[in-house]
Amino acid sequence: MPDRADQHAARRADAADRARARALRPARRDDLGLRRALSDRLLPFLVAAMTFLAALALAGFSASSDMAASWRGAATTGVVVQIPNAGAPAASGHTTRRDAVLNALGAMRWVSAETPLSDAALADLLRPWLGAAAANLVVPLPAVVVLRLAPGSSMPADAEAALDRLAPGTMIENPGIWVTRLTRLATSLQALSFLVLLIVALIAVSVIAVATRAGLAARRQSIAIVHLLGATDGFIASRFARRLGLLCLSGAAIGALVALPVLLALGRLATPFLPAGGTSAATANLVALALLPPLAWLIGWATAQIAVRRWLARLT
Amino acid sequence: MVVRLDKVGLRYGPAGAEEALHALTLTVPQGGFRWLQGPSGAGKSSLLRLLYLEARPTSGRLAVLNTDIPPQGSPAARARLARLRRRIGVVFQDFRLLPHLTAFENVALPLRIAARPEGQIRADVQEILAWVGLGRRRDAHPHELSGGEQQRIAIARAVVHRPALLLADEPTGNLDDVQAERLMQLLREMNRLGTTVIVATHNESLVRRHPGPALGLEAGRLVIDDADGYYQADA
Repeated sequence: MPDRADQHAARRADAADRARARALRPARRDDLGLRRALSDRLLPFLVAAMTFLAALALAGFSASSDMAASWRGAATTGVVVQIPNAGAPAASGHTTRRDAVLNALGAMRWVSAETPLSDAALADLLRPWLGAAAANLVVPLPAVVVLRLAPGSSMPADAEAALDRLAPGTMIENPGIWVTRLTRLATSLQALSFLVLLIVALIAVSVIAVATRAGLAARRQSIAIVHLLGATDGFIASRFARRLGLLCLSGAAIGALVALPVLLALGRLATPFLPAGGTSAATANLVALALLPPLAWLIGWATAQIAVRRWLARLT
Repeated sequence: MVVRLDKVGLRYGPAGAEEALHALTLTVPQGGFRWLQGPSGAGKSSLLRLLYLEARPTSGRLAVLNTDIPPQGSPAARARLARLRRRIGVVFQDFRLLPHLTAFENVALPLRIAARPEGQIRADVQEILAWVGLGRRRDAHPHELSGGEQQRIAIARAVVHRPALLLADEPTGNLDDVQAERLMQLLREMNRLGTTVIVATHNESLVRRHPGPALGLEAGRLVIDDADGYYQADA
């Protein structure tokens, strides 16, 4: 029993010692005086500005990607055929121009579905421009057929000529060329956004490297003393990396918070132009925005580690 | 041998420049004590710089704490040298205290670098601060301390981690006689417990009061290596 009591007392004494050591330990030690040497104003401000730009570039990347997908989708669903004087006899004389064209479209392999618009649907389309008069027009309207392309197919160059032979004056509105151009534009915008991201990251690394060198210059004597007392390169570099990582993290958090309402507003404006999946793209934007502060911390930490270790290599 | 120099030379400038130390050959055994004497410019500080690994020899062979120190220009295992420095205590002539740290934090620095437990650091630092008579100035920054007080903080920092080799460059320069005697008692006690001690000084009366083996330098050359007898400074 006395042994057990002694052990218990020893454990309590150890626990008290540990608690006392924890209580006595300064919350944040600053052996090298980096809190003063590495200001908590300029660098976080610069990182906040760069994070804001990075957030806009990310949003641009995401939006151009969504729009490219939307336009590519339009290319497969948006081919429209107009047949003037649809009720008149076709060139063959056996049927109406409308039926002749529909029969021909049904036989074409590149068409997976052809949907003629009813008069009511056509009137609905015209209502925004003509109002209630759209349903009672005296002028004859062409018949309109919306085509869906077969998967992997494109419209042949002679398709319009083939339909024109059956029903002269029939036109095919093919958005393919525009879709190709717009897709190319979207791809260029994506590349541009990526380039902006890359430039922002390079500027961030440069700014942090300059700040690190300024800190090293300001604390040259302290570093030399700590080095002579036996501090390893890792000990010194970790102090710089911790401080610079923290400054970058706080700056990036501010930049991300400022960018958040801007991204939400831009997302709301872009919603009508995006496909149905646009909401998930907005979520991806928010996730990317949330990842910017930890990324900034990592860039700050790693840049400081490399810059300080290279500088220390000159010491004996 | 804790310190072994074999024809060691040290040159600060480019090849061809005059050597600050020239072909020094000497040894100091473990637990040895040496006064290091010589006029200004004789090379005392340069020799100490070699021993606390701030500089590396340009020629010859140097071993400190039984570890060969590679010469200038050759690759060195930096982590190994850092570990070696932790076993050396240095009292610098210009103190080299960190101005942004308190007296307590300055003295605690070698222990923190060695990753000692915080509880032990606090106990050891308090004890050594009390010993040098600055227990109540623990929260003062160097600029708030007198020259003598700063020197005592520098001494406390040099010995707090019980180094195997203690080097002191004019350690009594800013101390009154009472403090200088207390310092000598501390150095002698550490020496008696096994620490190798080398003290560079101009203080002839101090050497007379505490006679001991001496090294004498003149113009970068070793002119006295009185390892066995007791060197007596001229009265």
